[in-house]
Amino acid sequence: MTDDPIQRGVHDLGGLPAGPVARSEHDYALWEKRVDALMVLLSNQQHMRVDELRRNIEGLGAQAYERMSYYERWVHAITQTLIQRGLISSDELGRKMAQVEQRQRESHA
Amino acid sequence: MTPAQRESPAQQFGPGERVRVRRAYPPGHLRTPWYIRGHSGVVERVCGAYPNPEELAYARSGLPAQPLYRVRFLQHEVWPGYRGNAQDSLDVELYQHWLEPA
Amino acid sequence: MHAHHDHDHPHPTQPDTTDALSYYQVMEVALRELLIEKGILSADQVRRQVEDMDSRTPAHGAQVVARAWSDPAFKARLLADGNAALEEIGLERGPYKLVVVENTPASTETGPGVHNVIVCTLCSCYPRWLLGLPPDWYKSRSYRARVVHEPREVLSEFGLDLPADMVVRVHDSTADMRYLVLPARPAATQGWDEQGLAGIVTRDCMVGVALPKP
Repeated sequence: MTDDPIQRGVHDLGGLPAGPVARSEHDYALWEKRVDALMVLLSNQQHMRVDELRRNIEGLGAQAYERMSYYERWVHAITQTLIQRGLISSDELGRKMAQVEQRQRESHA
Repeated sequence: MTPAQRESPAQQFGPGERVRVRRAYPPGHLRTPWYIRGHSGVVERVCGAYPNPEELAYARSGLPAQPLYRVRFLQHEVWPGYRGNAQDSLDVELYQHWLEPA
Repeated sequence: MHAHHDHDHPHPTQPDTTDALSYYQVMEVALRELLIEKGILSADQVRRQVEDMDSRTPAHGAQVVARAWSDPAFKARLLADGNAALEEIGLERGPYKLVVVENTPASTETGPGVHNVIVCTLCSCYPRWLLGLPPDWYKSRSYRARVVHEPREVLSEFGLDLPADMVVRVHDSTADMRYLVLPARPAATQGWDEQGLAGIVTRDCMVGVALPKP
């Protein structure tokens, strides 16, 4: 079986060639810890499963998977899952994101 | 009867048994790494039965629970040109429906 | 970003920058506010969960290792049923089955010894309830891609060079198990108390990329 990129998941990395392991670590920003917290709380309350999170991360294209940071992939996947589950709608989220951006612009003005 | 209402499949393998990972490449959410498909190893332990992540990923129940095993593979059998000890091993958790007798 | 060192102590949270929020940071704020408005979560719950995660550090794992080093019967119980052993010493059992894998030193009686190292090639599965959040490198493309097929080379990069005749076991955390490496107790710690022992057990030792240094 050839290594057709469509067949091998972007996340399925075992055995692929890669460079030296970068050992530097970053302190988690508050927004990242909050993303983690949302995941834990939502799954504890049965609103989503970690498997849905993973599937939505795996659904990112190769470029997005590589470019996005760990918690960027998580927040993307959490929102995808909740939209799939019908807990939130794209429209609601989009409007709320616009509000947040507007508040940001006002506070930086 | 819905899938969730069926009984868990019987445990097919025991510790020490030789098993092979099926060569299957379906789409979906899979927890069988690409690198291990087609390889054979020995059951290191029976982990118990757990809801199937391939189903959980789509907000389904994943029931009935599926038997899960830790299977031990020899590194030099998995990777051509492996540089290390002939006894170096790679232990992978694999669901029963991915395994067949070797 | 700072130079590598073992994160055995809690680090201060990086404050959210006063610079413009990125698209995904906006998404996080919006998502959280929306869920709070809908009554699905409360701001208090989010805050408490962040604090809870902050309180989970490798020191808890080190406690387990120190106890196992000091008490052979506990060690046997830990290897047989990791979750029950955690509960025994007042730690949370956790949501996943804990598999403890033991490093054994080389000896004339038992042979060249075994070294264990943990990875999740598919994502980042890690015993979070016991050790806290995993380090960036554990989740990196490079570690996940390489440690399964060239563990000795990766360990070398971490400064750990193992004897050629020692057996290296890599554990890929692909499903419902979570792993803790029980390092071998260094001979130089003869007579140490548990607190002293716990002090040399770093997170990296319990993932398998380092050895405890007395």
